[in-house]
Amino acid sequence: MTAMITARGVGLQIGEAHILRDVDLDVRGGEVLALVGPNGAGKTSLLSLLAGDLEPTAGQVLLDDRPVTAHRPTELARRRGVLLQENRLSFPFEVLDVVQMGRAPWRGLPEEDDDDAVVARAMAAADVGHLARRTFPTLSGGEKSRVSLARVLAQDPRIVFLDEPTAALDIRHQERTLALARERAATGDAVVVVLHDLSLAAAYADRMVLLAGGRVVAAGTPAEVLDAERLSTVYEHPVEVLARPDGSLLVLPVRSVEVPV
Amino acid sequence: MADMTRTEPTRTSQTPVLPTRSRTRVTVLFVVLAVALVGCAVLSAGLGQLHIPAGEVVSSVLHRLGLGGAEVASHPNGEAALWSIRFPRVTMALLVGAALATGGALMQGVFGNPLAEPGIAGVSSGAALAACAVIAFGWSFLGPWTTAAFAFAGGLGATLVVYLLSRSGGRTEVVTLILTGVAVNAIAGAGIAFLTFVGDTQAREQIVFWQLGSLNGTRWPYVALVAPLVVVGIALATTFARRLDLLALGERPARHLGVDVERLRITTIVVVALLTAAAVSFSGIIAFVGLVVPHVIRMAVGPGHRVLVPASALGGAVLLLAADLVARNAVAYADLPIGMLTALVGGPFFLYLIRRTRRSSGGWA
Repeated sequence: MTAMITARGVGLQIGEAHILRDVDLDVRGGEVLALVGPNGAGKTSLLSLLAGDLEPTAGQVLLDDRPVTAHRPTELARRRGVLLQENRLSFPFEVLDVVQMGRAPWRGLPEEDDDDAVVARAMAAADVGHLARRTFPTLSGGEKSRVSLARVLAQDPRIVFLDEPTAALDIRHQERTLALARERAATGDAVVVVLHDLSLAAAYADRMVLLAGGRVVAAGTPAEVLDAERLSTVYEHPVEVLARPDGSLLVLPVRSVEVPV
Repeated sequence: MADMTRTEPTRTSQTPVLPTRSRTRVTVLFVVLAVALVGCAVLSAGLGQLHIPAGEVVSSVLHRLGLGGAEVASHPNGEAALWSIRFPRVTMALLVGAALATGGALMQGVFGNPLAEPGIAGVSSGAALAACAVIAFGWSFLGPWTTAAFAFAGGLGATLVVYLLSRSGGRTEVVTLILTGVAVNAIAGAGIAFLTFVGDTQAREQIVFWQLGSLNGTRWPYVALVAPLVVVGIALATTFARRLDLLALGERPARHLGVDVERLRITTIVVVALLTAAAVSFSGIIAFVGLVVPHVIRMAVGPGHRVLVPASALGGAVLLLAADLVARNAVAYADLPIGMLTALVGGPFFLYLIRRTRRSSGGWA
C-alpha cells in the first residue's frame, strides 16, 4: 500500500492558538482512515491541511513529493475530492446539476466522455437518483448531505476526504455511506473520514488516528486505538469498549444509573 | 499522474440511467427573446414624432445591406431620421440593456447573492461619480474615451470597496451587501452633489439630466465607443460562466473542484466594472435592469450561468428597448428619463424580492 499523501511534523498555528502540533500521518491507497477525537481536537483542520485547503505553519504535507498546496487547482481536483460538513448553495440548482458539477475537473479530457455514466453511478451509490429533478434548497439536511456525497463521487478522485459524512444521516444511509467508503478503498483509493461515532469508525476503518488537543494520541488499527482507559481520558468521560462475539467493537459511554436531580 | 488508470468498482446492479434533461425551455426562451428583440427594435425605430411603418423600416435596413428593399418613402426626412437618430438610439438601448443585465447576473454569481446588482451595490453610482467629475471639470485628455475610462475606474473602485467590505467567510449576507450599497451610494451621491454645486450652469444641467438616465441624443460615434466594451465584456463573461456555477457551492467546494477562486473573482469584478462603465458612461444611471432580468431568466430556465449570462444579455436588451420605446412615446413631445422608468418597475420588484427572500429563508440569508 503506497502512501498517497504524507504529513510530516505538521503544525498549524492561528494567532496564538496551536490548532495542531507535530502530526505525522500517511494517507494510503486501499485504506479507510478514520480521524476521531473530541470537539476541538483538530480533526477538521487536519483534513483541511491534508486536502490542501490550508498551508501548515510547520512541517509539510506532500502529494507526489510536492507540497499539496503547490499543485494547480485543477490538477489537485482530479486527485482528491472533499466533502465538507456543511453544504450550501447560493442558487436553486437541480440535484442533477449539482452532481454534474463534480465532473468539472475532467472537462476537456478523455474522461469527460464518461460523464453521464459516472454521474449516474454516483447518484445511485448515494441513493439520490429519485431526487434528480428536485432543487437543492428544497432538500432535507440528510438529502443535501447525500447529494454532496454524490457530487464528490462524481468527481471520481483517488483520494477522498469526508468530514463527518454521516452526521445528518439515518442508520441505513450511515451504513451505506461507509460501505461506499470501503468499496472505494477496495479499488485502491484512499479514504480519510472524520467521524464522531467510534463504533461506526471501528466497524469500517482500517486505521484510526485519535486526536486530542491538536496532537496524535494514538494511531493504528481500531483494536489498537480503542482502549477504554485512553478514550476515557481523552473524552473526559468514562467510556466502555465491548468486543462482540463476531469480533467487532462497540464503544459506549458509561451512564450512571442514578440520574442526579 | 501515473496512477490515473483504475479498475472500475464492481457493482451488482446494472448501470443506472440519468434522467434526460429537456432543452426545450431554453430553446423556447432564446427564440422568444430573439423575436422580441427584433420586434422591439423595428417598432422602436418606426415609432416617434415622425412615424415610419415597420415594413419601411425593414425595407430600409435590407436596402442598406444590399439585399433589395428601398429607402423610406413615406416621409422626405424618413431615411435620415431613421439612420442618424433612431437606429443609433435603438442600438445604444440594446447595448446598455445587455451590459446592465449581464453585469447584474455576474455580480449575483460572484457575490453568491441573488440581490446583488450594480445599481443597488453602488457600482453604478461609483461609475457615475467619476463620469460626473469629467463633465464638471470639462476633462478631455483621453479624447472621447475620457468619460468611459473614468466611469470604468470609478465603477471598479466602487465594486472593490463593496466586495471587500461586504464579504465574510466566502459569502455576502444580504443585509451587509445592501447596507454597504447604501453607504457607497451615499458617498457617491455626496460627491455628485458637490460636483453639481461647483460646476457651471451647463455642467450642472448636464449632470442632473445624465443622472436621470437617458438615451436622448445618442449618435453613432457614441455607439462605436460603447459597443466594443459591451461586446468584449459579454464575450469574456461567457468564457467563465460555467465556473460561476461552481462558485454557487461556496468558495472551498469550488476550489476543491479545481476553480482558481481568487482569479475568477477578480476577473468577474473587472468585467462587471467594464460593463457598468459602458452602460453608464453615455446613458447615465439606469437602475434595476441587472436585478429584474436575471431573476426572470432564472425563474424560466434555472440558475445555470451558461444559459443565464447570454439570456440575460438578450433579455436586458429587450427590456431596455421596450423601456426606451415607452420613454419616447408615453408623453407626446417629451422624452421621459429612462432611468426613472426602470426604477419605477424595478423598485417594486426589488421590494417583492426582499419580501420573498425574507419569507423563504427566515431572515437575511
